[in-house]
Amino acid sequence: MTSEIQELESAVVRFAGDSGDGMQLTGSQFTTSTALEGSDLATFPDFPAEIRAPVGTTFGVSAFQINFGGRAIKTVGDHPDVLVAMNPAALKTNLDNLRSGGLLVLDSGSFTKRNLQKAGYDDNPIGTPMLEDYQVIDLDISKLTLEAVKEFGLGNKEALRCKNMWTLGMMLWMFSRKREPVVDWLNKKFAKKPDIAQSNVAALNAGHAFGETAELNVSLKRYHIGAKKTEPGLYRTVTGSQALSWGIAAGGELAGLQIMLGSYPITPASPILHTLSGMKEMGVVTFQAEDEIAAICAAIGASYAGSLGVTSSSGPGIALKSEALGLAISTELPVVVINSQRGGPSTGLPTKTEQSDLYQAIYGRNGDAPLPVIATRSPGDCFEVAIEACRLAVKYMTPVMLLTDGFIANAAEPWKLPDLDALEPFKVEFAKTPAEGEEFNPFKRDDETLARNWGIPGVKGTEHRVGGIEKSFDTGHISYDPANHQKMTDTRFAKIDGIANDIPLQDVDQGDEGATLAVVGWGSTYGPISEAVKAARADGMNVSHIHIKYLNPFPRNLGDLLNSFDKVLVPEMNAGQLKTVLRDKFLIDARPLNQVSGLPFKIEDILSAIRAEVSA
Amino acid sequence: MNEMTAPAQKLTIRDFTSDQEVRWCPGCGDYAILKCMQRTLPDLGATPENTVFVSGIGCSSRFPYYMSTYGFHTIHGRAPAVATGVKLANPDLDVWLVTGDGDGLSIGGNHLMHVLRRDVDINILLFNNKIYGLTKGQYSPTSDPGTRAPSTPQGSIDAPLNPIAFALGSGARFAARTVDTAQKHMPGVFTRAHGFKGASFVEILQNCIVYNDATWADVTNKAVAADKQLLLENGEKMIFGAEANKGIRFNPDTFALEVITIGEGGVTEDDVLTHDETNLQLARMLAELGAQDHEPMAMGVLYADPAETTYERAVIDQVNEYKGKRSLRDTIYAGQTWVVE
Repeated sequence: MTSEIQELESAVVRFAGDSGDGMQLTGSQFTTSTALEGSDLATFPDFPAEIRAPVGTTFGVSAFQINFGGRAIKTVGDHPDVLVAMNPAALKTNLDNLRSGGLLVLDSGSFTKRNLQKAGYDDNPIGTPMLEDYQVIDLDISKLTLEAVKEFGLGNKEALRCKNMWTLGMMLWMFSRKREPVVDWLNKKFAKKPDIAQSNVAALNAGHAFGETAELNVSLKRYHIGAKKTEPGLYRTVTGSQALSWGIAAGGELAGLQIMLGSYPITPASPILHTLSGMKEMGVVTFQAEDEIAAICAAIGASYAGSLGVTSSSGPGIALKSEALGLAISTELPVVVINSQRGGPSTGLPTKTEQSDLYQAIYGRNGDAPLPVIATRSPGDCFEVAIEACRLAVKYMTPVMLLTDGFIANAAEPWKLPDLDALEPFKVEFAKTPAEGEEFNPFKRDDETLARNWGIPGVKGTEHRVGGIEKSFDTGHISYDPANHQKMTDTRFAKIDGIANDIPLQDVDQGDEGATLAVVGWGSTYGPISEAVKAARADGMNVSHIHIKYLNPFPRNLGDLLNSFDKVLVPEMNAGQLKTVLRDKFLIDARPLNQVSGLPFKIEDILSAIRAEVSA
Repeated sequence: MNEMTAPAQKLTIRDFTSDQEVRWCPGCGDYAILKCMQRTLPDLGATPENTVFVSGIGCSSRFPYYMSTYGFHTIHGRAPAVATGVKLANPDLDVWLVTGDGDGLSIGGNHLMHVLRRDVDINILLFNNKIYGLTKGQYSPTSDPGTRAPSTPQGSIDAPLNPIAFALGSGARFAARTVDTAQKHMPGVFTRAHGFKGASFVEILQNCIVYNDATWADVTNKAVAADKQLLLENGEKMIFGAEANKGIRFNPDTFALEVITIGEGGVTEDDVLTHDETNLQLARMLAELGAQDHEPMAMGVLYADPAETTYERAVIDQVNEYKGKRSLRDTIYAGQTWVVE
C-alpha cells in the first residue's frame, strides 16, 4: 500500500522516552536525515540532570524535539505535531504540550501495570477519553522490535535496545526521509559489533516497512517537507558547543596565538572542553584544572606568557572565577571567558536553559571592574561570536565575557560552512626589546584603543612586574596615589566604553525604526522573538525586533534607536536583567516579559505580550 | 629548569635586582632570602628575560617586585595555577613560585597539591613563619597549637600541617628545607631545586620579627643549631651535633627514626643511616623528624627522584604529536554535508 504523500510547510516532532531508551540518538539521527534533505531545522535536546534516573519514572524522561520545514525555522516549535512516547512517564510529562488533534505514537508494550504506576497513572490512558483529542497510534513497539531482530539471537534486553531504531524507521517513513545516513552511521558506530549493527538496521527497516504496509485504525499519513530556499553553499548541522569551540580555534589562528583553554567539568559547558581537547591537530592546548579558579588562573598565566588564555564554564563556575577576572582586568591581560548559562541560583537547573547571568557578566566582580560582554543568538552564530571575543580580548587587552546558554550549547541547526580564508586576521604583536637607553613600560597605552603593551617572558628588555595592586598610570609600578587610582579606574572604563566605536551599529532585525513597539532581546530568545514579531506584523501590528549582540558596551546608536519607539518590550529568560540595564543606561521605560521555567519561550507567549503592549 | 642558553657574559647580583624599594619590616627574614636569590641566580646561568617569579598574596608574595626578572603578583593562593599556565604557554621559561604558609597551605592548599602531583617544572619556595603577617598576625595552618593571636586570644586549637609531609603526600618528587639566615646553605638548596626537572618544593624556615618573632629559635639559634639541624647530604651518613657524635638510626621496633649517640651503649658509626634522597619512605620519616624536642629537623634535600618528563613537556609533546595533522577547515568541513544550489 502506498500512502498519499501530503506536502507540509513544517512539522514539529518530539521523541520522548526513558533516559535509557536512546531518545537523544533517535532525535539526532532524525535530524541528520532531515538536514540532508535540505530542510531548515531547529532541535532541542531536553534531558534530565541524572545520568540514569530510575527506569520508568517521570523524572527520568529524556526528550528530543525537532522543528523542520521548507521555510526558515527559528524555534523548536511551541507545540509538537507529533509526539512519540516510549513509556507512560513520557506520555505523562509531554502530553500537555501536544497540539490538539496532533498525532500520538505510543509503545503500548511498555504500558505495563508497573510502568503506569511509576508514571502516576491509576489506569491505562490508552483508549480512554484522556486521549480523545489526539490521533493515537498505539503499537506494541517492544514486541514488533523483538520480532524484527529475532534472527540475530540477541538477549531480550539487548534486543529491546533496538526499539528506538524501529521507531525512527517509522518516523523516517512518515516524513519521507532517507534511511541510508542512519544505516551508515549504525555500521560505523557498531563496526566492532556487527550483530548489534545488523539488529539495529533490521529494526530500522522493520519500522519503515511497517509504515509502508500496516493497516491501522488511524490511517497512517505520509508527509513531505521540502528543502528550504536558502543561500547557496555547503551546509552541515552544528551544535552551539561545536561552533563555539571551532570559533575559538579560528580566533587563535587569526590572532597568531596558541589557544590555552583552562577548564573544569560543568554542565552544560563541558562539551566545549571536550571539543577543544580533540583539537590538538590545530595546536590547541587544553588543561583540565583542579577547580574553576585554577582553570581561569592557568588561562591568565598562559596569556601572561603569550598564549591566548580561554576558560569555559557555567554560572556557578563563573562565580568562582570572579576574583581572577578582576586580576585579568587589573593586569589588562586578554582572556576569553565563556559562560554556558543554566538555571540558577546555586546548582539550580543544571541541564535547563536560562539567561540569568547577565548581571553577573556585566557587574559581578569586586571593585569597578568593566569588561566587554557579548552574546550568541543561535548555534551557528557561536562561530562568529567566538572569533569576535578573541579579537576584542587581544585588541583591547581585556578579559571578554561570551554568553551562551544550555539551549544553544546542545541545540543543532543547519550551518553554511564559512570561508575561512575570508576571515579578517588580527595578528598580535608583542612588545619588542626597547632601544638602548629606553625603558620598557608595560602600561604604555595605544592612543586609540587604550590597550597596554603586551610584553612576554622570553623577550630581553621587556622584563616587568604586574599584579592586582593598583599600578601607576605613568610607569606601571605599584601606586597607592589617590589621583592615580581615579585616573586608572577612569581609564579602564574609557578603554571598554571605547569598544563601542569598534563594533557595528545596532540594526533592526525586522520592522522599522520608530515603530509603535520594539521587542528587544539578546541571546537564545532570538528565534521565538523573531517568529512572534513576524506573526504580529503579519497581523498588521507596527512592531520591530531588535536583537543585541554587544551587551557591554552597547552599540553607540542603541539609545537613540530605542528612543525612536513608542514602547520597548524586553522578553528574557530571567527576572528582567537586560530590562534593568536598558533603563539604567537610557532612562527608557523598558517593559519586561520574563520566564524562568528552564525552557525556551513559546512564540505564542511573546505574541500575546506584544498584542497587550500594542493595544494598551 | 630551562634549556635556554646561558648568557655570554656572566651576570651579577645587580642584573637581578629591581629598582623598587623593598618594603618588608626591618629585620624580616625575607630580606635574607631575597639577597640569596639575587646572588644565586647568576651562578645558575639564569637570565632575567627567561626567569619568571609568580606569587600569591602575603608578605612573601611581594618578592617578584624586587627581582628585575619577569614577575606576576597574582591573587591569594592561586600562584600555582597561574604558574602552570605560564609553563603551558612557554615550557622553556624558568619559573619560580614564592608563597607562604597561609597562601600556599591554607587558601591555596588545593592548587599547591595539584601542581606538585602534576609535577609541573617550577621551583616552589614556601616561606614558613607560622603566622599571617600581612593581615596582622592571625595564626596560620602551620602555627603551633596554643598560638595566641588576634583571632585566637585564648590560643589556637587546631593541629598544624607539616609542609614537607604535605608536599610528599601530594606526590612531590623534590622536597627540601632550609633556613632564612642560612646564607651558606640556602644557595645550594636553590641550585638543587633549579636543576631539578619537575616541581621542586622548598620549605624555608623564616622569621616574622613583628608577629611571631623567634618562632624557629629553638632550631635556628646558633647555640642550638648544630644539635637541632640534621644537614643532609646524599650518600652521606646522617650525623649531626656540636660534637658530630649524634646520628639517625631506623628502629624496626617502633618503625621510626631515632637519635643515637655514637660511642654510647656500643653504638658505632655503622649504625647510622646513610641518606638516600631517592628513597620516598625515608624522606617521609625525615619530614616528620624534629617533632620531638630531642630530635633535629632535617635540612637540605630530603627527596629528589625525577620522573622521565615533566607535566608541561608531556602536554606539549602530546599536542605536537598531532599538530598539523588536520586543519581547522578539515575539522569543520568533515561530517555529513549537503549542497544548496
